[in-house]
Amino acid sequence: MAQQLPISRRHVLLGAAAAFGVPAVLTGCGSDDPGPASGGGGLGTVTIGSNASDEIPKKTLETVVGGFKQATTKINTVDHNTFQENINRYLRGTPEDVFTWFAGYRMQFFAEQGLAVDISDVWREIGGDYTQAFKDQSTGTDGKQYFVPFTYYPWAVFYRKSLWREKGYEPPATLDELTALARKMRADGLIPIAFADKDGWPAMGTFDILNMRMNGYDFHVSLMGGKESWTDPRVRQVFDTWRGLMEFHQPAALGRTWQEAGQSLAQKKTGMYLLGMFVAQQFPEADRDDLDFFTFPEINPTYGTDSIDAPIDGYMISAKARNVDGAKALLKHFAQASSQNVATKLDPGVLAASSEADTSGYSALQKRGAELVSKATHIAQFLDRDTRPDFASTVMIPSLQSFVGEPDEIDSLLASIEKQKANIFR
Amino acid sequence: MAVKTRRYSARDVTILVIGLGVAIVVNVGLVWGPTLASVGLSGTAWNGIGPIEWVGGRNYHDLAAEYPPFWSAVRNNVLWLAFLGLVATPFGLFCAVLLDRRLRLSRVYQSALYMPVVLSLAVVGFIAQLVYSSDYGVLNAVTGLGVDWLGDSSINIWVVMVAAAWRHVGYVMIIYLAGLKAVDPALKEAAAIDGASERQAFFRVVFPTLRPINVIVLVITVIEALRAFDIVYAINKGRNGLELLSVLVTENIVGEASRIGFGSAIAVILLVISLAFIVTYLSQLFREER
Repeated sequence: MAQQLPISRRHVLLGAAAAFGVPAVLTGCGSDDPGPASGGGGLGTVTIGSNASDEIPKKTLETVVGGFKQATTKINTVDHNTFQENINRYLRGTPEDVFTWFAGYRMQFFAEQGLAVDISDVWREIGGDYTQAFKDQSTGTDGKQYFVPFTYYPWAVFYRKSLWREKGYEPPATLDELTALARKMRADGLIPIAFADKDGWPAMGTFDILNMRMNGYDFHVSLMGGKESWTDPRVRQVFDTWRGLMEFHQPAALGRTWQEAGQSLAQKKTGMYLLGMFVAQQFPEADRDDLDFFTFPEINPTYGTDSIDAPIDGYMISAKARNVDGAKALLKHFAQASSQNVATKLDPGVLAASSEADTSGYSALQKRGAELVSKATHIAQFLDRDTRPDFASTVMIPSLQSFVGEPDEIDSLLASIEKQKANIFR
Repeated sequence: MAVKTRRYSARDVTILVIGLGVAIVVNVGLVWGPTLASVGLSGTAWNGIGPIEWVGGRNYHDLAAEYPPFWSAVRNNVLWLAFLGLVATPFGLFCAVLLDRRLRLSRVYQSALYMPVVLSLAVVGFIAQLVYSSDYGVLNAVTGLGVDWLGDSSINIWVVMVAAAWRHVGYVMIIYLAGLKAVDPALKEAAAIDGASERQAFFRVVFPTLRPINVIVLVITVIEALRAFDIVYAINKGRNGLELLSVLVTENIVGEASRIGFGSAIAVILLVISLAFIVTYLSQLFREER
């Protein structure tokens, strides 16, 4: 038994120290996945930080960037949610030259902190290809541009044409017609409105559209900017109207994901579903032509149906970019209609942001989407992109979930939101 | 006689410096440094980018008075501790006692109960969704009920704790089983000869000899309750009735929100609760050694 062990205890300890020490060093390096490099023009190398981790968007970006010949490019793809959650640390650390991001308040927030490069000179060249609405969403609070829109997708009420034809339903034009339609659907044994809010954000879409229909775009923006009170009777009215519609919503929404609600629409168990155009992903290829939508009906005639949510995705240049000239050239490439045509062809759930883009290759759904957006006077970016990220995630998500769970507790809920808003927007 | 001095060779000193130095650096750098930093940051408002602004106790006031998820989280953490301590752990002990009696097929039961322990709690969270989902879940399909187990904020914490206990029971059982196997059978025999009933023999004789095991199990239970995170995060990111302090810390600090000061205040609360248990445990331990 008293045999000498080949390894002394100290060695084991040293080994253990090394074993625990090394991973710590490695994790410090982060997830710098050197993506595919391509091109080779005169502007050196441009690096791109991308959140396009899903298969289709990833392939889209690679294809579009592959067509950029003025510089060598290198894409670093990070998981979508991880990218979003780490954006603060990312931009302060060693970001890539160009990075994927969202338009509106979410862009302005980082531009204001000095984390993005002013690209007004790029806009002087590409400005003619975009409508004023897109330019506004790319402009910071200081009046300079920081963002190049690439693609976007509208939010609307989706339904299956075959089901509606069979039952003789017509798209409603007013809130009363919507309620009447929902009653009819319920009598026909359908759940009228598919609904899911397990992830916390889909209910924001319902709040946005009700608020914009009832109180108009300007009030919505000002509410999102923390300038209005949440205990305002106008906000209360939005929740009251929502509560009135709740009986037509799919019950048990807090335990359901949007994917499951989308499935219920595809399986004709539910009649309609207010969501972004990406709901098409839940439909098998063969059924996609059966998917159609209408814009949420008018509630207040003053505002009609002049506003919709249509979040815009695009690109920005980080303040720490090493190759600003190359990055600007790349942004101009993204702004080109031909680049966006590639994207809309590969991804049926998005539309091209450029007015010059070729829409003849659009699917029926994409064409309808483009038509819807062109009719809208105001385009909002969706609640979590139109307000401070901390307010959206730590206040609005729990609050809207609590409303969905107990729609009768409106006053105490709004008072609580107002107090928390005051703590955040001070 | 002179005081005996121990001589260290150069090699010893090197090893000592490396061994102790690494430990101290790691301990200060990874444990005490961040702890003190959290306490300091909890008195500030900072978004991670701009200047740090000192706000004193305001974060504590805000979270206690105006942040509804905070009290849900405190309640859930206490519930979690109570449920594991008063339901899951005794049940694990009960299973261990039954299995210790060499039932037929006891190996099979033992494996079946122990199986969940090899799963991470995040995986248990995914399994729980397959069972409890209101549209697709096994539970509603089998019983014909239409309950929204995970979405209804008045019941979801209970069903999630059952899922967490499923794993905890196996863990506790295997530890107690090992302890019971080590109990001298002569003790039980002696108790039986003295006329003790089986129940008396267990509670008066066997259980007290398990004291060291009890301490370990208690510590494990407290740790499991305070570090609970992955299961609720996998289910619904710890919202809507499944709030836990650990989740709120992550949600406020790590997410895009970057309310670093506010999140640090929640972390300090969690630290205080943890310290209460750790200090009690350590003082018990040192008292025994003396």
